[in-house]
Amino acid sequence: MRILIVGGGMGGTILANNLARRLHREMRDGKVAIQMLSASDRHMYQPGLLYVAVGRMMPQDLYRDQASLLEPGIEFHVDPVEEFELDANRVKTKSGKAYGYDVLVIATGSRIYPEGIPGLEEHGEFFYTEASALKLFRRLREFEGGKVVIAVGVPHKCPMAPLEITFMLHDYFKDRGLLDKTQLHYTYPIGRTHGLENVAKWATPEFERLGISYETLFNLKEVDGKRKVLLSEEGSETPYDLLISIPAHRGMEVIEKNGLGKSGWIPTDRHRLNMEGRENVYVLGDTTNLPISKAGSTAHFEADTLGENLAAMIRVGAPVRDYDGKVFCFIEAGKDRATYAMFNYQNPPDPKPPTQAMHWFKMAYNQLYWASARGIL
Amino acid sequence: MGDDKVKVVDATGSFCPGPLMELIGQLKEMEVGDVLELLSSDKGSAADVPEWVNKVGHEMVGTEEKDGVWHIRVRKLK
Ligand SMILES: Cc1cc2nc3c(=O)[nH]c(=O)nc-3n(C[C@H](O)[C@H](O)[C@H](O)COP(=O)(O)OP(=O)(O)OC[C@H]3O[C@@H](n4cnc5c(N)ncnc54)[C@H](O)[C@@H]3O)c2cc1C
Repeated sequence: MRILIVGGGMGGTILANNLARRLHREMRDGKVAIQMLSASDRHMYQPGLLYVAVGRMMPQDLYRDQASLLEPGIEFHVDPVEEFELDANRVKTKSGKAYGYDVLVIATGSRIYPEGIPGLEEHGEFFYTEASALKLFRRLREFEGGKVVIAVGVPHKCPMAPLEITFMLHDYFKDRGLLDKTQLHYTYPIGRTHGLENVAKWATPEFERLGISYETLFNLKEVDGKRKVLLSEEGSETPYDLLISIPAHRGMEVIEKNGLGKSGWIPTDRHRLNMEGRENVYVLGDTTNLPISKAGSTAHFEADTLGENLAAMIRVGAPVRDYDGKVFCFIEAGKDRATYAMFNYQNPPDPKPPTQAMHWFKMAYNQLYWASARGIL
Repeated sequence: MGDDKVKVVDATGSFCPGPLMELIGQLKEMEVGDVLELLSSDKGSAADVPEWVNKVGHEMVGTEEKDGVWHIRVRKLK
């Protein structure tokens, strides 16, 4: 049984290690082989980018060598996939090689797509890549006051990041003595401040208490950099001095190019996690089209379920459980306070008032993540 | 009307990003004139979606509830 995992990020890594631990005997006896193909020899802990933007983590703190995170016996190659030949159970890679499989798992993630909005790439600041987080960090250092707009597009990865950056910026400007000269303004596409109703119920009074203004039902259509104005699909105009955006995302180009899913989102069964219409192809993390959060924790819980199911299929011929849509997210509510949200397909979240203890738990998790990627936690 | 291209988007059980966000994301990728049918188990969407659709200037084709699932049809007009 050859298992091929494409993507060495959160989902792919957790799954590979989960499987290698469950199936070490079968691997030793030559009955199971696990291969991983990824686009990078490094693994980035993406949630750390939020802290890079405000100067509280350095980019090098976010990386580990991917090979060092993998259990012995997992064969790892840095060789991005270019062609998926699902009918032939084979992928072709950049180096020109072909890799066959019995089971394929796709976990190639997602990316910001500012190109989708005219003017956004040129005039907006982002923090979803290393380069853009550093650029924003420098812009914030030079900032001397004005109107800061945080403009959110959908879908995007990490449901809480837009709120977190807003609350963290509030404390950042306060610490630098700039709050009096700064207006924080948050825009969100639907009729409340967050997609999750209970999170919106918690965040809106928090915004009001902190003097953060907001505009809901705001879908960014265009950025007019000359006039420094945002234009919305709904017809409104919002001026800005500093524009920070979480642009709508897309999946990876390779997914779209190979016809696996529009905009890079692969149609996925919400419980079994197989690609729709394919029995031996599974999908994990951001690249699914599931209407749930694109978060590391989603990828993690999906990988736990899939790891258990694939191992059971090899051993007893059938999967043992369904993925229930579970997601867990920390929410930084400032520089030293945080809360969290836990939810699944059936149960909405219910965030509690933020505490300092929860903030320290998040800081600890930023380090514990590496144990979780190794499959230990 | 019989020739309308209808795309069905199942957002039942979706609390985040939420059915309306699902609709907004999907509509962007459709052609003007096409109809999207959103399935939502969140009754808030039944109010949220028409509000957004009217504000933006798309067309509400209809809404009905079947067994706790709202079927909301929207035509993309721009
Ligand atoms: C600023 C920020 C803050 C965040 N905060 C949180 C948070 O607090 N909590 C949370 O749960 N999540 C958070 N996330 C989201 C989380 O990082 C992602 O949802 C998660 O990484 C998704 O995992 P994945 O495995 O789907 O994709 P990724 O982890 O992105 O991995 C994708 C992998 O695929 C590889 N790849 C790409 N193309 C190819 C190819 N053609 N062939 C082979 N390999 C390929 C890449 O090299 C990479 O290794 C945050 C993200 C950002 C950017």
